[in-house]
Amino acid sequence: MIAIIDYGVGNLFSVCASLKKIGAEAIVTSDRREIENADKIILPGVGAFSDAMKKLKQTGLDEVIKAEANKGKYIMGICLGMQMLFEKSYEYGEHEGLGLLKGSIVPMKGVIDERLKIPHIGWNALRFEKPHFLFKYIKEGDCVYFVHSYYATDCKDSLIATTEYDQYLTAAVAKGNVLGCQFHPEKSGEVGLAMLKAFCEAV
Amino acid sequence: MITKRIIPCLDVKDGRVVKGVNFEKLKEVASPVDLAKFYSENGADELVFYDITASAEGRKLFTGILTEAASSVFIPLTVGGGIRELSDFERVLSCGADKVSVNSGAIANRALIGEAAKKYGDQCVVISADIKRVDGAFHVFAKGGREDTGLEAIEWIKRCVGEGAGEVVVNSMDTDGVKGGFDLELLKAVCDVVDVPVIASGGAGKTEDFIRLFKEIPKVDAGLAASVFHFGEIAIPDLKRKLKEEGVNVRL
Repeated sequence: MIAIIDYGVGNLFSVCASLKKIGAEAIVTSDRREIENADKIILPGVGAFSDAMKKLKQTGLDEVIKAEANKGKYIMGICLGMQMLFEKSYEYGEHEGLGLLKGSIVPMKGVIDERLKIPHIGWNALRFEKPHFLFKYIKEGDCVYFVHSYYATDCKDSLIATTEYDQYLTAAVAKGNVLGCQFHPEKSGEVGLAMLKAFCEAV
Repeated sequence: MITKRIIPCLDVKDGRVVKGVNFEKLKEVASPVDLAKFYSENGADELVFYDITASAEGRKLFTGILTEAASSVFIPLTVGGGIRELSDFERVLSCGADKVSVNSGAIANRALIGEAAKKYGDQCVVISADIKRVDGAFHVFAKGGREDTGLEAIEWIKRCVGEGAGEVVVNSMDTDGVKGGFDLELLKAVCDVVDVPVIASGGAGKTEDFIRLFKEIPKVDAGLAASVFHFGEIAIPDLKRKLKEEGVNVRL
C-alpha cells in the first residue's frame, strides 16, 4: 500500500490514477496511522514552498514523514514535494524544509540564460548522473514533464538525474530510501509510469 | 533543452467529439476518451479538451469524460469552454485537468484570471484569445468568435499575463479553417510582449506549416490543431520526425 499524503495542497487525482494504472494499491490520506501502516509514501505538491510547509506543520504530518523516512520507509517527493525534502528554500524569503536531503531550493531567475522562459514548462530530456533503480525501465534522453521556477542545488550526494535548460538543473534525487522528482512522473506518459513502477517495486 | 509541444484539441459536445474523426486505423471515433488515448500513445505532448456544450446535462457528461480520460491518459490535460468563475476551475481540476483555459469568461469577469492564479498557481491558468483583424488592428472576439469585444488583442494578452495567466493560446480567426499556415504576424507580435509560453492555434494544414512556425518564431512553444490531426492529414509521429530532421527539438 502506498500512502499519497493529502495536506490540502495540489491535485492528487493524477498521482492516484497513475498508481492505479500500474497496478499499485494507493490511498490518499492525511491519517497518521494509515501513513505509518503504508509500505511507501508519496509526497506530492504544487504551489508555494512556504504555504505547503506551513500546512504540513499545521497537520503534524512533517514529523510523521520524518519519522517514517528515518525508519527507512521509501518516500518519493514529486515537484514541490521533492523540494520540501531538502534543508531549505529561498522561494520568497528563507524557509526550512524537512531536511531529509542535503541541499537547498533556489530560483532559476538570474542563473539561467535570461532569454529563457520561467517557469520551465514542458517536456525535457533526462541526463543520468548516477545509476539508480528508478531508471530500470527507462533510458537516458527520455523526456519527462516539468513545471517549475525553482530548483534544488548543492545536492551532489543525492543527485541522480539532471535536465538541460541552459544549465543542468536537478531533475531527480535519491539517497537511500528518500527519493524525489522535480518533474511530474504522473504526467510524463509511459516514461513516468515506468519510473513509478520501479519505485513501487523497490524493496 | 525543452522540446516544442504538439497539441491536438478535442471539441466535445454532449459527450462526443464534434469535429469528425477519420483515421485509417481508427475510423469514426467519436469517444473523446478513446481519441485521447490514441493521441497520447501516438506522440501528442498534451491534450486540450474543449467543452462546447451549453446545457447543464451536457456539462455533466463532459466532466464524466474528463474524469475517465484523466484516469487513462497520463500527459498534461488542459480544459476550456464554459469557464466563467472559480467554481468552474474547481469543477474541472477535481476531475483531473492540469490547466484551465479561459476565454470569454475572462472578458466578462476581469478579476477571474487574477483570482484563479492566486488560488491555483499561474501554471494552471491559460488565457486563450480568439483574434481577428478589424480595420488593420487585432481585436479579441468573445462567444466562440461571434462577438467583437473591441479589445486590442496584444494589450489584452499582456494584461492577462500580468494578472497571472501562465500560458497563452493565440487563436487566429483569420487563418483558422483555411489551412494555409499559422498567423505568423500575429504570433510574432504576441511573442514580443510576453515571457510565458505561447501556443499557436489556427491555420495548420500541413507539416511544413509547423516547421515554418517553429523556425520563424523560436519563441513559440507549441502548435495546436484539431481537424488536420483528427482526419489523419497529419500523423503526429511523422510530423515530429520531420520537425526533428529540420532541427526543431521535439519529444520522440
